[in-house]
Amino acid sequence: MSGPSTYQPQNGFLKWLETRLPIGGLIHSSFVAYPTPRNLNYWWTFGGILSMMLALQIVTGIILAMHYTPHVDMAFNSVEAIVRDVNYGWLLRNMHAAGASMFFIAVYIHMFRGLYYGSYKAPREVLWILGVIIYLLMMATGFMGYVLPWGQMSFWGATVITNLFSAIPYVGESIVTLLWGGYSVGNPTLNRFFSLHYLLPFVIAGVVVLHVWALHVAGQNNPAGVEPKTEKDTVPFTPYATIKDGFGMACFLIFFAWFIFYMPNYLGDAENYVQANPGVTPAHIVPEWYYLPFYAILRSIPSKLGGVIAMFSAIIVLAFLPWLDSAKTRSLRYRPLAKQFFWIFVVICVLLGWLGGKPAEGVYVTVGRILTFCYFAYFLIVLPILSRIETPRAVPNSIADDVLAKSGKKAVASIAVALLAGAALLTGGVQQAKAADHSENPPSLSWSFAGPFGKFDRGALQRGYKVYKEVCATCHSMNLVHFRNLADEGGPGFTPAQAAAVAAEYKVQDGPNDAGEMFERPGRVADKFPAPFPNENAARASNGGAAPPDLSLIAKARSYERGFPQFIFDFFTQFQEQGPNYIDAILQGYADNPPAGVTIPEGAYYNKYFPGHAIKMPKPLSNDQVTYDDGTPQTVAQYAHDVSTFLMWAAEPHLEARKRLGMQVMIFLIIFAGLLYFTKKKVWANAH
Amino acid sequence: MGAAAFVWPLISQMNPDASTIAAGAPIEVDLSPIAVGQDIKVFWRGKPIYIMNRTKKQIDEARAVQISSLPDPESDQARVKEGHDNWLVVIGICTHLGCVPLAHEGNYDGFFCPCHGSQYDSSGRIRQGPAPANLPIPPYKFVSDTKVQIG
Repeated sequence: MSGPSTYQPQNGFLKWLETRLPIGGLIHSSFVAYPTPRNLNYWWTFGGILSMMLALQIVTGIILAMHYTPHVDMAFNSVEAIVRDVNYGWLLRNMHAAGASMFFIAVYIHMFRGLYYGSYKAPREVLWILGVIIYLLMMATGFMGYVLPWGQMSFWGATVITNLFSAIPYVGESIVTLLWGGYSVGNPTLNRFFSLHYLLPFVIAGVVVLHVWALHVAGQNNPAGVEPKTEKDTVPFTPYATIKDGFGMACFLIFFAWFIFYMPNYLGDAENYVQANPGVTPAHIVPEWYYLPFYAILRSIPSKLGGVIAMFSAIIVLAFLPWLDSAKTRSLRYRPLAKQFFWIFVVICVLLGWLGGKPAEGVYVTVGRILTFCYFAYFLIVLPILSRIETPRAVPNSIADDVLAKSGKKAVASIAVALLAGAALLTGGVQQAKAADHSENPPSLSWSFAGPFGKFDRGALQRGYKVYKEVCATCHSMNLVHFRNLADEGGPGFTPAQAAAVAAEYKVQDGPNDAGEMFERPGRVADKFPAPFPNENAARASNGGAAPPDLSLIAKARSYERGFPQFIFDFFTQFQEQGPNYIDAILQGYADNPPAGVTIPEGAYYNKYFPGHAIKMPKPLSNDQVTYDDGTPQTVAQYAHDVSTFLMWAAEPHLEARKRLGMQVMIFLIIFAGLLYFTKKKVWANAH
Repeated sequence: MGAAAFVWPLISQMNPDASTIAAGAPIEVDLSPIAVGQDIKVFWRGKPIYIMNRTKKQIDEARAVQISSLPDPESDQARVKEGHDNWLVVIGICTHLGCVPLAHEGNYDGFFCPCHGSQYDSSGRIRQGPAPANLPIPPYKFVSDTKVQIG
């Protein structure tokens, strides 16, 4: 793509192929001989990282689609079946889910890099606009993908986002019905979202090809923002850029693996571990963190149509950037004023993201309006004016001069800073997004399964199972756990015979038999734990109007806000134990007399840690209620701790395998990145 | 012409199919178990419908407000059936972005949407927040004093 190829195939077959399809020459000129500016810093490796992420998402996505069922009654459970039963299903699912967030982190860094170094300026306008199109496609793909697990946030996110189109005058309602294929978000919606979620990544891949093509026509921009003039200004893509991108990718993979293996639920919303329910809106609907700034803009405009227009404009305005900023100097390095405004703009975007996770009320609305104004002002007022009045500093004569002028090697440090900043940013958005309930946070307990080397305490699992069976199971179901799981590796450590014996104690309905009648038989290991009530309405009717929730995922479906700055430490300490802390606290949080000023309605009980304090479940545990055979104290505190451990295992049965494999992957990646770093240093030794 | 004719089936297939439309037939709801001050939520066409047996206080509040001061002016009388003034039947879908508002919450004795803070009064009219319009009234009629047909 950069002039006539100098590629000379040596091998006979390649010569034969080259005269018929010059693909070797194309690859050689695009990815081997292609001249790259020699002053590129590590911010430029994110292009390669994004290609890698796209490929990873497509590969993991295709595999997940082989196991997933796009039906409203089965989607939620089929995702859980992937995580629980498919070999390495948990790994593929975590990769795909965390991968979406990583994709967006990388694309935001890539975009801010383009903004900072003026990569959108002539002759790269088309390259930039193609990038904006990719970004829009990514947002659509990410949104539809988030709907597929069919949790509460999936459903309500889909409802809110599709309703954006109802703001269109006259035809809005018809368009929304068309999108839904029904009168509300339902099965037809899920089916078409699945179809489109499968299609769009390939569309993205197509536009990426155009993006790379445009890049190879215009050539890469660089930190100095001056075009390469002589041979001295560039180095061949391979080995120089290849090895540098490789090192960048390896570092990014370490960051990625941290989430896959240690913090898989850190970026998600606990609410999405509750199956979609069209009758109950979660207290606080938040989109995925990567949409939060735009969500904040949507909400800050008081008119519905206006909000939708503002939100889409916030993205579309990027496409006009090459003409809004007409300054001749590309890199902000030489534009001291514009540089300051750039960083202010970055802060505005972060603050908008933070606001997007806040409830739209009171002071947040006012701040949101000011920030929305600032966001648009940056593009529509600041950049056009600055490009006319600012006197830039002198740019270097050539890239070679720029390289010689620089002695420091801040690149590695800057990428580390970038990843940390990204992490902090991310966590800021996510944690703020979690609903703030004004009850006291549960105390943080010590769990044997916390941290990178965490393992379940077998004794606690077995005792917890006993508590579950004798107490919880009288009202709560546990639909996703099967008797066979009791004998699974990393579980309570039952032998297959013991698990079969447990199963045989239960009666399970089966049938119809030859006479067409349903019959009861003893349970088998392949059966799931039978539910105490035949259906949800029966459960609700028997429990004072509040259906006891299913316990399979309760340890992941309950959470609480950790607050600033705790959530930043949580990223480093791998804190993921909100669920067990909450369960433990609830089981011990009962008090006979509510504190003054709190009134508890008839049929409810006071619980210190339950949101709203009025819980329908009577105090379930009392001392010496369950007999322990191993001499462990029979106290409520011990019961609560054991059953919380058991429920954590029920929600995350492969936790031990996940952490074990994580350690191996981490060690490999760190060694691999180290080797790449020294290879890169060797390769670049004569280029600096 | 030919291209447009070909595209039409491709777009039309996205609309609700025959079974979805059939499932949207009218339903009958018995009102006798709903005491004054209580409400029930029924589903019709996948949408939650609130049927609220309003208290005297709620009705008076809804009728005391000056209609021209409302964002979406509409009288309470126009939103209920004459002779059944205590019964409020509204589609429980926030006109902002489609969440289900919570009944008996908010500052106006009506509905409060937890998503973006829209507040509706005891007549289901928008009073505060980003929603542009009142909660819509589904087509319904009283079959008898204790039974309504929705649809």
